[in-house]
Amino acid sequence: MKKSAIFIILLVILSLGICGCSKDDSSQIKIGVIAELTGDIPAVGASCKNAAEMAAAEINDAGGIHLGGKKYPVKLIIEDNAGKADQSASSAQKLITQNKVVAIVGPNASRYALPAAEIAESGKVVLITPWSTAPKTTLDSKTGAPKKYIFRSCFIDPFQGRVLAKFVLDNLKVKKAAVLYDVASEYNKGIAEIFKEVYEQNGGKVVAFETYTTNDKDFSSQLTKIKQTAPDIIFLPNYYSEVPLQIQQAKRLGITTPFIGSDSWGSEELIKLCGKDCNDYYFSTHYAADASTAATKKFIEDYKAKYGTTPDDVAALTYDFFGLIFQALKTAGKNDRQAVRDALAKIPQYEGVTGNMQFKEGSGDPVKSAVILKIKDGKFTWFANAKP
Amino acid sequence: MAYLFQQALNALQLGSIYALIALGYTMVYGILTMINFAHGDLFMVGAFFCFLLAVYLELSFVPTLLFTILGVAMLGVVIERLAYKPLRNAPRVSAIITALGVGLFLENFTLALSPYPKHIPALIEHTTWTIGTVSISSLQILVIVLSLVLMLILDFVVQRTKAGMAMRAISWDKTIVPLMGVPVNKIISLTFAIGTGLGGAAGMMYGLAYPVIDPYMGIMVGWKAFISAVVGGIGNIRGAMIGGFILGAVEIMVAAFFPSTYRDFVAFTLLFILLIVRPYGILGKPHPQKV
Repeated sequence: MKKSAIFIILLVILSLGICGCSKDDSSQIKIGVIAELTGDIPAVGASCKNAAEMAAAEINDAGGIHLGGKKYPVKLIIEDNAGKADQSASSAQKLITQNKVVAIVGPNASRYALPAAEIAESGKVVLITPWSTAPKTTLDSKTGAPKKYIFRSCFIDPFQGRVLAKFVLDNLKVKKAAVLYDVASEYNKGIAEIFKEVYEQNGGKVVAFETYTTNDKDFSSQLTKIKQTAPDIIFLPNYYSEVPLQIQQAKRLGITTPFIGSDSWGSEELIKLCGKDCNDYYFSTHYAADASTAATKKFIEDYKAKYGTTPDDVAALTYDFFGLIFQALKTAGKNDRQAVRDALAKIPQYEGVTGNMQFKEGSGDPVKSAVILKIKDGKFTWFANAKP
Repeated sequence: MAYLFQQALNALQLGSIYALIALGYTMVYGILTMINFAHGDLFMVGAFFCFLLAVYLELSFVPTLLFTILGVAMLGVVIERLAYKPLRNAPRVSAIITALGVGLFLENFTLALSPYPKHIPALIEHTTWTIGTVSISSLQILVIVLSLVLMLILDFVVQRTKAGMAMRAISWDKTIVPLMGVPVNKIISLTFAIGTGLGGAAGMMYGLAYPVIDPYMGIMVGWKAFISAVVGGIGNIRGAMIGGFILGAVEIMVAAFFPSTYRDFVAFTLLFILLIVRPYGILGKPHPQKV
C-alpha cells in the first residue's frame, strides 16, 4: 500500500517535471553555454560566461529576436564543466535532451570541446566553440570529413603554428628553438607538432622537444635538459595557469632565453600569476584590445563598464559566436535546430569584434587573421598582424 | 657531469617535498592502520594558508611557516576528532571512504571560495648562484634544508621522547598498550597534528617553489607521496623519507635521460618492479597473520 502510494507520488512529480520542461519551449530561444567555471582554467570560463550574458542582455534589451513577426527573448542555460572532459560531454547531453536548447556555445579548451562536440554532432544540435583551435574538433573522428553541426569562431592550430614558426624565423630571426608542451592535452600537443614541422621545413631547427602531463608543477628536469641544448627561443604552447610556473622555474635554473607563446596565454590572469617575469615576450592570439575597429572598441568599452576588466580573446570570441547565432536565427526565421544549422552553414562571412571571418561551404572553420601581441610592462600590446 | 649534478639538485628538491608529505601518510597508517586520503588535500590547504597569511596579513617567512604548520595541524586534529574517531572501531573501508569524502570536501570548499589559481609571493629573496653551468637558487636550498631539518626533528621526537615511544607502542599493539596507562586518544591526536602539520609545511614549500596554487594541486602530489610511503614501507617513518627521495629521483632522472613523454611510464614501472622484489617496501616488515 505504502509502496504504491510513493510510486504514484513519484509518477505525479515526474509528469509535472516533464510538463514543466515542454511548456516554455516555444516562448523563448534557449541557448546553452558550457564553460570552464571551475577547474584548471576558470578565467577562461568566466570570460565566456560574462560575454555570453552580455550578448544575451543586449539582444533582450532590444526586445529579443524577431522570428516570423513575433519577438522571442533569449534565455541562457549555463553549465559548468569543472574543467573535465567527461563533465563536458554530460553537460552537452543535458542541454540537448533536458533543456532542449537550440544551440550550444563552448566548451572553450580543445580537450573539453572535443567530447562535447561528439555528443552535439550525434544529437544534431549546433555547437560553436569560441576558443577551441584544434583541427579535430570540427572533423569527424571516423571519416575525417567536417562535422555537420560543429562550428567555431576562431582560427585553427595549423594556421597558428605556421604563423608562430614564421614569426620566429622572419621577425625574431632565430634558428634554434626548444618546445615544452603538455602531451596529455589536445591543443598543446597539436600546436607544438605543427610548429616543429613548419619551423624545420623553413630552415629552423628544434633542438629540444620536451613534454609533461596536465597538472604537473615541476618542470625542472625538462628545463635543465632544454638549457643543455642552448636554444635561442623557447616555445610554450601551454595554458596561462602553467606558463608562469614554467617561466619562473626556467629563470631560477639560469635560463635567459626569451619565450614565445600561443593564444592560450591571452588572459589577464597570466600577468597576475607571472608578474614581471613575462615581460617582453610575444604570443599569437585572436584580437588586440588596443588596436581595433569602432565595433570592437564599443564592445571593449561595454564589457569594461559591466565587468571592470578588459575583455580577453575568449570573451571577444564568445561575443562573436552570439552575433553569428543571432544572425543565423534571423535568417532561419524559426526557433528550430535544423533550420539554425542550415542558416549558419550558409553565412559566407561575418564582421565580428575579432575581425572578419569567412566561412567556406561545408566547413565549420572560419578563415581569419591572427595578431601577435607583445607583453609590455604587464600589458598586452599589439605588435603585428598575420594574414591567413 | 654538471648536467647530472643539476638534475640531482632538482631531484632533491622534489624528493624532499614528497618525503614530507609521505610522512603524514605513514604516521597515520602506523598508528591507526588507516590511509588518510585527505592528506593530499590538507597539503593543498597548507599552501592556501600560506597564501592567505602572506598576502592578506603580509607576514614574513618564519611567522607564515609557523602559523601554516599550526593551522593545518589543528585542522588535522579537528578532522580526526569529527570524522575518523567515531569510525575507529568500524571496518577499515568505512574510514577510508570517509577520508576520501573529507578530501573532496576540502577541495570543493576551497573551490567555492575562489576557483582561480593563486600566486604566492616570494617570501624570501630569490638569488641564483651559478657555479660553472650549475645553477643553485636560494629557494632550492631552503626547501631541501628545511625539509631535512623537519625530518630530523621528527625522527628525534619519535625515537627519543616519551610521546614518541607511546606512538611506537600504539602502532605495535593497540589492545595492550592502553592498559599500560598510555593515553591513546591524546597520542592519536598528536600523531595527526604532527603528520598534517608536516603536510602543511610541505604545502607551503611547494607553494614557494611552484608559486601557482589551485584547489586541485593536492590530488596528484598526494598520490605520489602515498606511493613514496608505500615504496619506503608504509608505517615506517624513515622508510617514508627514503621513499620520497627515491620517487623524486626516479621522476627527474627518467625525464633527464629518456624522452620526457615516457616519464611516468618508466618511473612507475621501476617502482612496480621494486614492490615485486620487496612487497613490504624498502624498510617495511612483513606482518604475519597470527591465528
